[in-house]
Amino acid sequence: MTPERRAFLGWGAAAAAGAALAPGLRLVELALARSPEEASSALERWGLLIDAEKCADCDACVTACHQENGVTAHGRPATDAQWIRKASLRDRSTGRVQTLPLLCQHCEHAPCVDVCPTGASFRRADGIVLVDKHTCIGCRYCVMACPFGARSFLHEPVTGQKPDVPRGKGTVESCTLCVHRVDRGLTPACVEACNRDGKGAMAFGDLNDAAGELARRLRAEPSSALRADLALNPGVRYQHL
Amino acid sequence: MTRIAAGLVAALLAIAGFADTGPRQPGRVPLPVVKIEKGEACVAPVAEMRRDHMKMLFHQRDRTMREGVRTTRFSLKNCIECHASAKTGSVLGEEGFCSSCHAYASVKIDCFECHTPMRQARTAGALR
Repeated sequence: MTPERRAFLGWGAAAAAGAALAPGLRLVELALARSPEEASSALERWGLLIDAEKCADCDACVTACHQENGVTAHGRPATDAQWIRKASLRDRSTGRVQTLPLLCQHCEHAPCVDVCPTGASFRRADGIVLVDKHTCIGCRYCVMACPFGARSFLHEPVTGQKPDVPRGKGTVESCTLCVHRVDRGLTPACVEACNRDGKGAMAFGDLNDAAGELARRLRAEPSSALRADLALNPGVRYQHL
Repeated sequence: MTRIAAGLVAALLAIAGFADTGPRQPGRVPLPVVKIEKGEACVAPVAEMRRDHMKMLFHQRDRTMREGVRTTRFSLKNCIECHASAKTGSVLGEEGFCSSCHAYASVKIDCFECHTPMRQARTAGALR
């Protein structure tokens, strides 16, 4: 390597370090507020950290979610829409039972997005996985592809929707991470309810914001992804499973 | 006989003349009810809105859904806010702003299969 080339590479490395630092500084401002005319950005990645040990025998998150999003039941559990549910995990050898909230995991490599034939299932720049019901044809490939059973199909006509949460017969839906609230700078309804009425088992935040509370906890404390063998890199992570 | 025929012709001419000069009659199809109860002016001139409102909604729909842009100017929620009937709170129904015009033009309207046609109930402390 000639001295000129070495010097050039040295300057290049210094420039790269500077560039990496600059977005890190901007992230903080971005996490604080996004104006309505600003598009969601890949600089953010919204996620949840759920502590299964703190999760008690309550369903505050489920009630709050379904109220916020106007998800009503018809009294037919087999086909009623379900955006979040309390799942029980039982250790076969010891018999220990744990309950935890199970919802769309907002995967980076989402199987539902992969299989969608119309592009209705998509991942927003900030990592939130959504269904564009304008293009959903109701084929339900995504329902079958999701390893977490997080998606529901609407079999019956819907009335009395919330203005922010359109829902209609013949389309698939799932947790939106309360995208209409997140866009206003609020936390999802389940997290708010868990911290208000529950045991504070759920935390919401930006996984990319190195200075943020969520990223700090993920760095410092052990956590795991559900079905880590599939390498989907979900935005929802669990502790004490 | 000739007097009766002349009378008939005169009567027909009178009716035709009245129809020509009188107000526009709806014929068999009732004219749409365009009753706007709120707001000073629309987000664009009326002629443009009549022709292009679906393009505006279509564009805004993708921007909001895909990118998370939540400006209110061309949003469906903003339309409903002004155009919902004061009586029913809805843009659908007999005198609904959307449904009566779409019935007149015989164009199927899909929005309200999923979106609520009702004006948002404003609660104290609610955002926007």
